[in-house]
Amino acid sequence: MLTILFDGLAYGMLLFILAVGLCVTLGLMNFINLAHGAFAMAGGYVTALLMNRLGFSFYLCLPAAFVVCALIGVVLERTLYVRLYDKTHLDQVLFSIGLIFVAMASVDYFMGANPQNIVLPASLQGRIDLLGASVGIYRLFVIVTCGLLAVALQYGLIRTRFGSRLRAAVDDGRVARGLGIDVAQIFTITFAIGSGLAGLGGALGTGILSIDPSFPLKYMILFLVVISVGGTSTITGPFFASILLGVADVTGKYFIPSIGGFIIYTIMVVVLILRPQGLFVRGGSR
Amino acid sequence: MSIVLETKNLSKAFGGLKATDNVSFQLQAGARHALIGPNGAGKTTFVNLLSGVLQASSGSIFLDGQDITKWSVRRRAISGLARTFQINQLFVDLTPLQTLMIAIAERESSGGHLLRPVGSRADHVEESVELLTRLGLSDVMTQRVGSLPYGRQRLLEIAVALAARPRVLLLDEPAAGVPESERGQILDVVDALPKDVALVLIEHDMDLVFRFAKSISVLVNGALFMEGTPSQIANDPRVRQVYLGEEAIAHV
Amino acid sequence: MSTSELTHDMQKTLLKGARWQWPEILFWLALASLYLLFPSKLSLLSEILILGLLALSIDLVLGFAGVVTLGQGAFFGLGAYTAALMGKWGMGTAPLSDPLIGLVCAALVSGLVGFATSFLVLRGSDLTRLMVTLGVALMIEELANKLKWLTGGSDGLQGVLIAPILGNWDFDIFGKVSFVYCYVVVFVMFVIARQFMKAPFGLSLQAIKGNALRARAIGLPVNERLVMVYTIAAMMAGVAGALLAQTTQFASLDMVAFHRSADGLLILIFGGAGYLYGGLIGAFVFRVMQDVLGNITPQYWQFWLGIVLLLLVLFVRGGLLGLLRNMRDRYAPNLMGPPSSSGSA
Repeated sequence: MLTILFDGLAYGMLLFILAVGLCVTLGLMNFINLAHGAFAMAGGYVTALLMNRLGFSFYLCLPAAFVVCALIGVVLERTLYVRLYDKTHLDQVLFSIGLIFVAMASVDYFMGANPQNIVLPASLQGRIDLLGASVGIYRLFVIVTCGLLAVALQYGLIRTRFGSRLRAAVDDGRVARGLGIDVAQIFTITFAIGSGLAGLGGALGTGILSIDPSFPLKYMILFLVVISVGGTSTITGPFFASILLGVADVTGKYFIPSIGGFIIYTIMVVVLILRPQGLFVRGGSR
Repeated sequence: MSIVLETKNLSKAFGGLKATDNVSFQLQAGARHALIGPNGAGKTTFVNLLSGVLQASSGSIFLDGQDITKWSVRRRAISGLARTFQINQLFVDLTPLQTLMIAIAERESSGGHLLRPVGSRADHVEESVELLTRLGLSDVMTQRVGSLPYGRQRLLEIAVALAARPRVLLLDEPAAGVPESERGQILDVVDALPKDVALVLIEHDMDLVFRFAKSISVLVNGALFMEGTPSQIANDPRVRQVYLGEEAIAHV
Repeated sequence: MSTSELTHDMQKTLLKGARWQWPEILFWLALASLYLLFPSKLSLLSEILILGLLALSIDLVLGFAGVVTLGQGAFFGLGAYTAALMGKWGMGTAPLSDPLIGLVCAALVSGLVGFATSFLVLRGSDLTRLMVTLGVALMIEELANKLKWLTGGSDGLQGVLIAPILGNWDFDIFGKVSFVYCYVVVFVMFVIARQFMKAPFGLSLQAIKGNALRARAIGLPVNERLVMVYTIAAMMAGVAGALLAQTTQFASLDMVAFHRSADGLLILIFGGAGYLYGGLIGAFVFRVMQDVLGNITPQYWQFWLGIVLLLLVLFVRGGLLGLLRNMRDRYAPNLMGPPSSSGSA
């Protein structure tokens, strides 16, 4: 039982790291980027390529994936996304779907449709006994890494100047600009970090998630659930939402395999009906 | 003279801020009433409360003696309470003709009809054309509303409210944002409004207020500061004080 | 000009917009002629008609009422399974297996579910509606997957037999009867939709789309109208699904899959939302391209679909018909009377 909870926790934390960029983007610029999953996919593929073709160590792939995806994020944001900030949500959704299709088709064409597999480093293989349960070392590593990242993010948001400028811009972009905050720059940086984190998540989770061309679509829905339940005005909201969903999904699939994703979708719909702003919202203007 | 619209101790609070403070107000049938006050006095909030866009925190509103405090925007509209908005709220992709056709259809409860096409009701078309002509919009009847100059849109805003054949009409700064050259038309239109409609005019433009109003309420900080005839208000030193810094009271 | 003359003119103008124009008649005649021109491609053409009907149902909700929905595919699937199940249970004989009765039942079932779930799209922002309708569509897809005993699961529903139409015309392997059947049904649905949209109901939807606050302030019962259009659209999507099940004598999870909603939406955006014809034209272009490009490599299709979407959103507003209308407005403003004022996505 505890093992399952741990697995759920690992999955949830991973989900958080994957989705946090999307949540902040949505909260900051009111921009729906469904293609966010493509960055995660890229992170996974970069890891697989570096490890399988170039013999890189798994640990090295993590920052590599972050950097690569952050760079791609900056380029895309400055060239394409910036044109869409004023468009309707529907247009943004259609655009990001178009982007996903292009990414998926390209990856499928060059890399084939089979899931990418890596061999975890020996240091992460095996299990240890923790609190009376048998826990995979890899999953423990995932939990710890994601946890540290989450803490770092929250610290960065609350304690740094960039963080307070970001929060101001999320709260009210117009007023923030009036105070001299360069909202466009903040957005580019945030978008880059978010994409980088998605890539990092994809890299980190190569052993848990299925890294194949259909990844962006499959996980897009999960990200959307995280957003609806967690809201977009804080980081803690999506954090707890991801954990909740990760645990619910893993335990659900284990105990009642016939229900599958049904629980998750139901949670999302119910939450959205009752509280269109999400469960954990700070009570902000969105 | 019957009272057609009335509020009793109407209040609206946003957190700690009292936007509308215990306002008790009466409107006679056929009135020509103006509501003035310095910026931030809560005039538009009051109109939003009357029309149902905002729900009151406490107090009540009566339309022809009926308690409408809990009624929706829609229900008040079909009961004869119409308003214009300070910033145009129009259907930008429709034409003025279509706009009035649908307004009239809703008034006649035929807005949900599925079979006969729009335009088969000759009486509706006639009424739309007549109303648009009366407001000087007959030359742009089939143009897209979004393409019309602001002053014309403002006139349409009034036309839409009139299409409902209201008993009470709330005009929220009808001349706001209208260029000098087009103001005259608005003033003329307000002058020529049907005599049986009770009008409440919210305005900053004192020309308009003193030209048109037979009675005035002054709102300050959400509360009713004083009420009276135009000359009473114009000569009252307290009112002048409240408006200090704004060029306002000039006419009697 | 006197008021009565002006009234007369205006009435003529309004009613002219409601009358059938020559390009419309041409369109339907051309569509019918495909029966003679491409006798070997009739099943593809039937599929295009069906997709067009699905896209039309989305047009009513999105193009006219301005409600963003990713859930129409669920009604498509419901209609498909209803018709297929009736065909299976009736074992090929009327009344259960009768195709027309099947259509009616499919419409009723999806209409009922549509009505029951319409409250979901009444409030909330575009994003909320997107996610809620997406969530519901996924739930229904999962449900169909889990109810294997009813739906046949991933193997699909076997043993669907449809009785001859009106007792006379049996579905043939060349797809001739299917095509005529689809054409007639889609045409009838289209005429109904067109009638509704040209009536005050349709105009009130456009008002809601344009400014819901103003709509309420003129006495429009916004929620009531939205529920109505959502239910009507659900029924139409259900009929489309039923057509597919009946003409292929099969039903599978693919018919209730989320990609149906997404495809329908994309098709509508291609053709242009708010024009009624956008769905059909988009279906044509979409499906033909899918056939052509998909045969080169499956990834080819998805790639170019993505590119087209990107270009569409960035540069072309209103899809193909929007493009045509802009060209018409610029070069021949008096063609076909005043420009239609329904907005584009």
